[in-house]
Amino acid sequence: MTMPELPAFSLEDLSGESHSFPNGRQTIVCFVKEDCPTCNLVLPILDKIASDSDMLVLLPGQTTDGNRVLQERYQPTACILDDSKLQVSFAYDVESVPHLLLCDGEGNQIEHLIGFHKKEWTAFFDAHLSQVEIDWDELPDWRPACGSLTQDPLIAERLRAEAENSPLRARRIEVGQLDDIHEFMFDQGFTDGLPVVPPTPERVIRMLSGTTRDPQEEVAIVPPNLVPATVEKLAINAVLAGCKPEYLPVVIAGIEAICNDTFNGHGVFATTMGATPVMVINGPIRRKIGLNMGMSALGQGSRANAAIGRAVRLAIRNIGGAVPGGTERSTLGSPMKFTMCFAEWEERSPWAPLHVERGFQHNESVVTVFAMSGGPALVVDQASRQATQLTNSMGLSLRAQHHVKAHGAGDTLLVISPEHVDTLMRDEFTKDDVREHIQQASAVPARELAANETNPVGIPAARVANMNDEDLDRKIPKFGNKNFIHIVVAGSEAGKFSASFHGWASGSMGSVPYSQKIE
Amino acid sequence: MPTILDPTDERVPVERSITARDTELQGRLALLDIAKPRGNVLIDRLEELLNEQYPNLVVNRYTKPTFTKPAPDSLRNEIRAENDVVVEALAD
Repeated sequence: MTMPELPAFSLEDLSGESHSFPNGRQTIVCFVKEDCPTCNLVLPILDKIASDSDMLVLLPGQTTDGNRVLQERYQPTACILDDSKLQVSFAYDVESVPHLLLCDGEGNQIEHLIGFHKKEWTAFFDAHLSQVEIDWDELPDWRPACGSLTQDPLIAERLRAEAENSPLRARRIEVGQLDDIHEFMFDQGFTDGLPVVPPTPERVIRMLSGTTRDPQEEVAIVPPNLVPATVEKLAINAVLAGCKPEYLPVVIAGIEAICNDTFNGHGVFATTMGATPVMVINGPIRRKIGLNMGMSALGQGSRANAAIGRAVRLAIRNIGGAVPGGTERSTLGSPMKFTMCFAEWEERSPWAPLHVERGFQHNESVVTVFAMSGGPALVVDQASRQATQLTNSMGLSLRAQHHVKAHGAGDTLLVISPEHVDTLMRDEFTKDDVREHIQQASAVPARELAANETNPVGIPAARVANMNDEDLDRKIPKFGNKNFIHIVVAGSEAGKFSASFHGWASGSMGSVPYSQKIE
Repeated sequence: MPTILDPTDERVPVERSITARDTELQGRLALLDIAKPRGNVLIDRLEELLNEQYPNLVVNRYTKPTFTKPAPDSLRNEIRAENDVVVEALAD
C-alpha cells in the first residue's frame, strides 16, 4: 500500500511558538474544535499518547477562542496549534473532526481515524501504541464526528478563494481600514452612480458557482477598448450589480450577444444619440431564475431583470471602458443605460416567441439584444375593439419615433400587452399582420416627408428635386422593412397599453439585433 | 482589511507618442468625412479655403462607409499611402 505524503505546514501554539510538520519524528496530527463533543471525548486519550509515548502529538484547533478553552480545560502535554485561518484544515481536506492522522517522520500517512469508533481506536492502539494504557471500558462504543468548520458554506468560499489553486486571477485590491468601502468603489469609478456590492473573493467564488465554464475562459472582446472579458471578470461585475449566481449564464450570453460586429457594440456605446442594449430573455431560464415578464416587466422591482441588465452595463463600463465623457459620448444619456432587461411572456402570447422566430428551439434559453435609443414609449389605446383599429393606433404612434419625418430608418421593439393581444386575436392577427398594418398606418406621401423651410428634416431638397409627382405621391411607411418591427408580449393582464423602444441606426450600417443561446 | 477583486481590464494604458507635426502645410493632405449628416458641408468649405491659401497643397477627399463604425483597415491604409497629413471631421 502506498502511503500518501501529507502537506507540510507550520503553525503556532498558544504561546506563539512555531511547530513544523513533518519534523523527522513519528507524529499524530489530529484536527479538533472545541464545540465538538467527540473531540472533547478523545482529547484526554490524545494527551495520554503525548505524555506516555515518544509520539509527537499536534492538535490543530479550528477557532482561536475554542483553542484557549481547550487549553484551560485539559492543560495538555500535546500541542494545541492555531489553525483558526483554517488553511491547514482546508489543505488536508478535513470534512469532519476529530480527524486523526498517524504519520512517519517524513510526513507520509500511515493510518487515519475519523470520529470515534472504539473498535477502530483499540485496534489502532494495539498496532502502534501498545505501551499506552487507556481505560477503554469507560468509553462509549461510538460517537459521531462533527462537521469541520471548513465545510461552513461562507468559510469554504473564502478558503477556496485564498487557496493556492484558487480559480481567481483578478488583481486583489486591499481597501484601507479607514476607508469606507462604498466610497472607495465610487472613487475608483467602478459604479454607475449607484452603490454596488463589494466584489470580495468569497462572493466572486459563489458567483462562479452559477456556471460550469472555466473562470479564465475569454467570453468576448468588449468594445470600445477591445478588452477580453473572462468569465471571472464578468462574475466580478455580476457581484457588483447584485446578481445571484444563477443569473451569471444570462450575463455571459448577454455580453457575447453585444460584442460582435453585427450588433456593433462599439458604435452603440460611443454614439452621441445615446443607444444601449435592451435585453429580451426567452426560454425556460425565465421561470428558473425568476425574470419578470408580467406586471411592470419593463420597470423596477424584479431583482433578476434589474441586476442582469445592470451587470451587462457595468461590464461594458469596467471591462470595455465605455465611460461617459470618455469613449461613451451620449448627448443626453438614458435611464436604460443603468439597466434594461426583461422576459417575454411566451405563455400569454398566441404567437411564436421571439427566440423561436429567430431560429431557436422552444426549450432553448436565449438572450436577444436590441440597440435602442429611446422608450419604452406608450401606445395608449383604450378604445379600439378591432385589430385593424389597434394596429392603426400603433402605426400612428410609432411615427413619432426619432422624428415624425424620419421614415425608413431604425428598428423598433414593440412590447404588446395582454389586453392588446386579446384585441388583436379577435381578428386572429398574426405577428406579420401586425407588422404590415403598422407599415400601412404609418405610411405618408413622400412630399410630406420632404425637407422644407419650415422644417429642414426629411428627404433632402436635392433628392426631392429629382422626384416627379408620382414619386412624391408614393406613400412611404415608417420602417424601411417590416422586419425592423420586432414584437414581444409582456405586461400585466390589466391595461390597454403597449410600448415601443425606439431603435438606433439599423442594418449593417448601424446595429443588427443579435440572439445568443444561454448555456 | 477588506479585499475586493478588480472589476476593470487591469491594463496599464499604452502610451503612444504622436508623429512630429509639420510647422507648415505642404505635400498631400487628406480630408476625411466620417459620413455624418452635414460633415461634407464643413469639409467642402475647408477644401475651398485650403485650395485658396495653399495652392501647392494636394487635397484628397475620403469618406468612411458609416460613422457608426471605425474606418475599415483598407481605407486607413489608402489614406496613409496617399497622404502626409489627415484632417478628420468628427461627429457633431
